[in-house]
Amino acid sequence: MHELSVAQLSLGLREKQFSSLELTRRYLDRIRALDGQYNSFVTVDEEGALAAAAAADARLAAGETGPLLGIPLAHKDIFCTRGIRTSCGSRMLDNFVPPYDATVTSRLREAGTVMLGKTNMDEFAMGSSNESSFYGPVHNPWRPDCVPGGSSGGSAAAVAARLAPLATGTDTGGSIRQPAAFCGITGLKPTYGRVSRLGMVAFASSLDQGGPMARSAEDCALLLNAMAGFDPLDSTSSELPVEDYSAGLQQPLAGLRIGLPREYFGQGLDAATGERIHAALALLEQQGAKLVDISLPHTGLSIPTYYIIAPAEASTNLSRFDGVRYGYRCTQPQNLHDLYTRSRQEGFGDEVKRRILVGTYALSAGYYDAYYKKAQQVRRLIRQDFLDAFDAVDVIAGPTTPGPAFALGAKGSDPLAMYLEDVYTLAVNLAGLPGMSVPAGMVDGRPVGLQLIGQHFQEARLLNVGHQLQQASDWHLQAPAGGEQ
Amino acid sequence: MNWEVVIGLEVHLQLATRSKIFSGAATEFGAQPNTQACAVDLAMPGMLPVLNEQAVRYAVMFGLGIGADIGLRSVFDRKNYFYPDLPKGYQISQFQAPVVGRGEFEIQLEDGSTRSIGITRAHLEEDAGKSLHEDFHGMTGIDLNRAGTPLLEIVSEPDLRSAEEAVAYLKTLHSLVTYLGISDGNMAEGSMRCDINLSLRPRGSSTLGTRAEIKNVNSFRFVEKAIRHEIERQADILEAGGQVVQETRLYDADRDETRSMRSKEVANDYRYFPEPDLLPVVIDEAWVESLRASLPELPAAKRQRFISDYGLSTYDAGVLAASRPLADYYETVVEGCGDAKIAANWVQVELLGQLNRGELELHQSPVAATALAGLIRRILDHSISGKIAKQVFEAMWAGEGDADTIIAARGLRQVSDSGALAALVDEVVSGNPAQVAQYLAADEGKRKKLAGFFVGQIMKLSKGQANPQMVNELLNQKLAAAGSDGES
Repeated sequence: MHELSVAQLSLGLREKQFSSLELTRRYLDRIRALDGQYNSFVTVDEEGALAAAAAADARLAAGETGPLLGIPLAHKDIFCTRGIRTSCGSRMLDNFVPPYDATVTSRLREAGTVMLGKTNMDEFAMGSSNESSFYGPVHNPWRPDCVPGGSSGGSAAAVAARLAPLATGTDTGGSIRQPAAFCGITGLKPTYGRVSRLGMVAFASSLDQGGPMARSAEDCALLLNAMAGFDPLDSTSSELPVEDYSAGLQQPLAGLRIGLPREYFGQGLDAATGERIHAALALLEQQGAKLVDISLPHTGLSIPTYYIIAPAEASTNLSRFDGVRYGYRCTQPQNLHDLYTRSRQEGFGDEVKRRILVGTYALSAGYYDAYYKKAQQVRRLIRQDFLDAFDAVDVIAGPTTPGPAFALGAKGSDPLAMYLEDVYTLAVNLAGLPGMSVPAGMVDGRPVGLQLIGQHFQEARLLNVGHQLQQASDWHLQAPAGGEQ
Repeated sequence: MNWEVVIGLEVHLQLATRSKIFSGAATEFGAQPNTQACAVDLAMPGMLPVLNEQAVRYAVMFGLGIGADIGLRSVFDRKNYFYPDLPKGYQISQFQAPVVGRGEFEIQLEDGSTRSIGITRAHLEEDAGKSLHEDFHGMTGIDLNRAGTPLLEIVSEPDLRSAEEAVAYLKTLHSLVTYLGISDGNMAEGSMRCDINLSLRPRGSSTLGTRAEIKNVNSFRFVEKAIRHEIERQADILEAGGQVVQETRLYDADRDETRSMRSKEVANDYRYFPEPDLLPVVIDEAWVESLRASLPELPAAKRQRFISDYGLSTYDAGVLAASRPLADYYETVVEGCGDAKIAANWVQVELLGQLNRGELELHQSPVAATALAGLIRRILDHSISGKIAKQVFEAMWAGEGDADTIIAARGLRQVSDSGALAALVDEVVSGNPAQVAQYLAADEGKRKKLAGFFVGQIMKLSKGQANPQMVNELLNQKLAAAGSDGES
């Protein structure tokens, strides 16, 4: 059952081959049996899941047929869930139980999904390895000595290990795509504004975007259908109507122009990874797509630009965690200053503190023009690179990451080496574009991801290309060993 | 030395929206602590601001009211600092691109003269909550009901030169915003709070001296006292050869003094940057024009109309046009009685006098404008004299009914019946033969004075209700007749 696609699960539920309760129990059993080795969940809500499954079964029995009705899933622990702790991977929110749902979780609740639990993540989504979580690192199901990627590492690992057929993630600089690549699953970061940010704990407001993670593009489309759409309570969400992302999956690729940015295939790209990417691109070419060499000249500036803007926004987004109203509060504060400093000192981990410091510095009087303002100007150039490229191509493709998953602890002490992991993904967030990672083979038993970048609001196009690749390959169907109960 | 005072004011005006500027929580004053603070106001994780359109509308109306440039594209920024009553750790404000740009308006001084004061800008922002230091036994309580209440911060140019001008500025501003209906202007509830920037310079100098800022003064009277005190303090320092420190000071009303709060040298770096959770506010030119078209008549225009249409003095027009309810009341009285000048007198002297004595607001007046007009009509048609009318007004104030009812019930109608009056005249003339003889013997000049005696007696006999003009005529006839009788 746990190897079936979401479409197949949905059919099975409708045809009464199994009930949502049975399906949910299967996944809960797998989590209980297997997650000890992955640590992909920080909270498992058995009681809530079983109740939701029973409710879904009742709706199914009444003849309802929603594509996600009765389907279990996991939410990244950054999405607020009413009555269920939402920790954001931080000691700061270890005790935080939101009295409200995020728009994403509430939409998926209404769609009849069954939430199994909340997945592990880098603290406040700051990281590329899931090692900064207060709840300990997640292990890559393919290679438990390796990281699953981050920050949505728990979601990626849970889907890869078949502990959930679907998971939500968020992507500020690659946090859906990079762990999807490392764990051999499919993950889509939608266009900025496509999915509501309300109730998603903010990291960098102008970059954060929630999106679907699943084994296939087809399943991602089903999840995105339920996640996307205008939210009057998120002023940055788009009013553009949402299309049916499943509708265009079968479209042939003949004539599709795929741009390959030379900056994504140069120095820094692991050779074996590059070979896998070219092999996957060759499959697309066989289906009639044209590969076109392009240039995104400002690519090299995306890391410094991102590491000004994201920490700047984060430094003020995280000011609300002050020990006053909710969250971690130090014991026996002596005065207000002591309350602030010790609550934040003890409540936040090192990577979070590092980014708060960097961001505070970048916004300070006398530095603002040199850093934040300059970064915003460069951000426009990076965006323009893409817009210019899209004059000549329909989709841009390249590797999601410079190489496959690295060993746990390998880069923990070197933040700069860690930041370089995001070299191919950051620009997409800076430009607000949709980006997707699809499995493209293995290197030393570790998955490699092909990144597809689309024009604004052309998620359907990316899903179409991803689906066609998955029709011609079986990388997305491969399962890591150790998943037998 | 002879110092010139230079004052600029920053007024935080609470806008009269029903809900907060970035959330749907109510803004009503006086609720139990933290009952009007929703998840957005509490800065719960993942919560996002959504701009209240009404707050923008009010801000634009203000801008139009002072003839300012309207920012067709304004931007919200985050102003970062930590304080327990600032839940997000930043205040959403407008820094580089405010909704209202440069404008100006005219203030009217006590002596009737006017001055034009520049407005640098006005921007929208959210209020913070309140820290409560009493009743918590060494702890501080936080009430976030006020957090997120929309404020318009109105920044003046350093154009004001005295405490009187500052107060006149505030009164004019108060009058303008209440006319526009964009704020209730309730100072006691903090709807209008004022920061005073004040410096001195030798008269004739064109460079500004070092200023001190006095924070959060919330009544006209305190503004006046704080400024007077601060002028004296700075003059003392400068005259002793010292230098004024640029700092923030607090006015203590109980001790009538300002004292240092914090020095600007260690001032917060607010790390302003554009609020990424909100898009720039783009305003349509047509929308601005539709607001312009819907603006009510503003105080200055109304004052001018009162002068030209009603023939009022500048002073009277200023008093009556100062608040919209009073102006409306006055115009209702004019409409009901037809005499603008008598109406102006009655509203200013009798009505405002009674309100002051009773410490009442206009809307609490027991005498409605139409009722006052009814009373004035009885003066104009000679049913009662002005003197009797005051008695009637007092009875109306006491709730005894409208003017006609009271006049009838108390039998106050003026007697104009010539037969009845002639009888009174006869009675007085025949009852005072000595005075009649004296009158007849007197020359023309003295006769006028002596006639007054008879009129007084007649009025007394009529309980003041005799028509004085007719009494005069009948008395003259009677006395003339008595004279010719005596001669014959």
